[in-house]
Amino acid sequence: MIRITCPHCGPRDQDEFSYAGDATRTRPADPATASAADWHDYVYLRDNPAGPHLEFWHHIHGCRRYVKVLRDVTSHQVLACGWPDADLEAAQ
Amino acid sequence: MAEYSVFSLIREGLSGHKGWIRAWRDPEPKKSYDVIIIGGGGHGLATAYYLARNHGITNVAVVEKGWIGGGNVGRNTTIVRSNYMLDGNAHFYEHSLKLWEGLSRDLNYNVMFSQRGVLNLGHCDGQMDAFARRGNLMRLNGIDAELLDREGVRKLYPHLDYSKDARWPIYGGLLQARGGTARHDAVAWGFARGADRRGVDILQNCEVTGFERDGDRITGVKTSRGTIGCGRVGMAVAGNTSRVAAMLGLKLPIESHVLQAFVSEPLKPLIDGVVTYGAGHFYISQSDKGGLVLGGDIDFHNSYAQRGNLPVVENVMANGLAMMPYLSRVRILRSWGGIMDMSMDGSPIISKTPVDNLYLNAGWCYGGFKATPGSGYAFAHTIAHDAPHETNREMGLERFETGYLLDEGGKGPTPKLH
Ligand SMILES: Cc1cc2nc3c(=O)[nH]c(=O)nc-3n(C[C@H](O)[C@H](O)[C@H](O)COP(=O)(O)OP(=O)(O)OC[C@H]3O[C@@H](n4cnc5c(N)ncnc54)[C@H](O)[C@@H]3O)c2cc1C
Ligand SMILES: [Zn+2]
Repeated sequence: MIRITCPHCGPRDQDEFSYAGDATRTRPADPATASAADWHDYVYLRDNPAGPHLEFWHHIHGCRRYVKVLRDVTSHQVLACGWPDADLEAAQ
Repeated sequence: MAEYSVFSLIREGLSGHKGWIRAWRDPEPKKSYDVIIIGGGGHGLATAYYLARNHGITNVAVVEKGWIGGGNVGRNTTIVRSNYMLDGNAHFYEHSLKLWEGLSRDLNYNVMFSQRGVLNLGHCDGQMDAFARRGNLMRLNGIDAELLDREGVRKLYPHLDYSKDARWPIYGGLLQARGGTARHDAVAWGFARGADRRGVDILQNCEVTGFERDGDRITGVKTSRGTIGCGRVGMAVAGNTSRVAAMLGLKLPIESHVLQAFVSEPLKPLIDGVVTYGAGHFYISQSDKGGLVLGGDIDFHNSYAQRGNLPVVENVMANGLAMMPYLSRVRILRSWGGIMDMSMDGSPIISKTPVDNLYLNAGWCYGGFKATPGSGYAFAHTIAHDAPHETNREMGLERFETGYLLDEGGKGPTPKLH
């Protein structure tokens, strides 16, 4: 069982959350000028690293806020949790 | 190398089985090969086999970081079917199913392909309508499909929950009678032996660690057994696709997720074919040794760990019990996980790449085992001709840029849902 520390609710089991994927993607700032390549990169391409992975989890059965998690996907060990704008890697 | 036959079996049976010879060689890597296939799973081995068999390209190496068959090809629940709707998928999987039908003979190796039927259960009117539509589309594509009502299902599987209290009543089902199961290890070994007999070198304990490049071309593959020169390179590393691609600076529309599977204690014959639950994600069949083989959803988060967590175990078992309550008295013997290459539209990629002489085979999600022969066939063609075979024309990497996606389930770019 993965245990995630929601900054609002505290430590909770993974089944209170819905996985919301890679947290390193940034939506093109200006849709009017973004190229097809920018959208392709944002919508479809993933680094998919084997190691620490920045990701969002949605606390659907709790406060319903999004939580950012740094998790080692080779062991499932959670390394850090915070609000969506937290810089978890810098805190490591 | 000796053909396997009933005569060789009798001869060896009467002489203490001392005359069998190894099924494939264990060669040292040559300085270079015309084609290097990275990944000794089902797809890599099948590709090497069809390169030699269909295209006469035999100066080929399959490089595998562990042992062949140690990846997903040896970890899956062995369901084989071709019940797809979209043209880009349907003809590919049907071609693969046709290859399965002649595979043991073609390989001179018994892959134990058993066409025991794949039945999807339906639990409401809407689902039965969707099944009718899928079945009709399949039949229009020349693929067998049969819509069963509740009594038709009951005739085939009398032990499901038909009671008044069933959590989701069974309304009927969609049957593909030509679908079934195969022996997963035998598929890896059969293709390995077939490729080896045609001159392909299978290099085990040979991990790819990097590439030597000259501009847009790969000139050599760096491995734990030294650098090997190459003409063309085919990559078929399933859950490790993004890692190997990153060695070339390529970023792909793939996430790696873990899928679990389970086997029960052996029982007397109980489940004839493959049955899937329609009110949740659950599939079950019975192996020839009697164990029930079952599985459900992926774990829904990125993973390279080859083992899953308890929430999905609980979910899989709950689905199973809803469909067949008597499963509560069956003990589970083993469970394990494999790393799936989940693509962004749920369909595979067999494609050329931005690197001139690199070809990509990936994105198999839950369903690459059934694709093994068809994938090897199409990928070998793509590598040999530098152009896709008719069966993988719509499986190119460029579809994510052009928007011509193959999203069979209409779920969008959310890999965990495919
Ligand atoms: C639990 C589970 C159940 C499944 N059930 C089904 C099913 O019922 N029906 C179905 O059709 N499909 C099913 N699948 C999917 C199917 O097993 C896979 O899609 C398919 O096996 C993938 O292709 P492969 O056989 O080539 O992969 P693999 O066997 O994983 O082969 C890839 C190989 O690449 C090697 N490799 C990786 N990195 C490197 C490197 N750097 N250098 C050298 N070699 C490397 C790996 O060691 C591995 O052997 C299931 C998968 C799992 C995990
Ligand atoms: Zn919360």
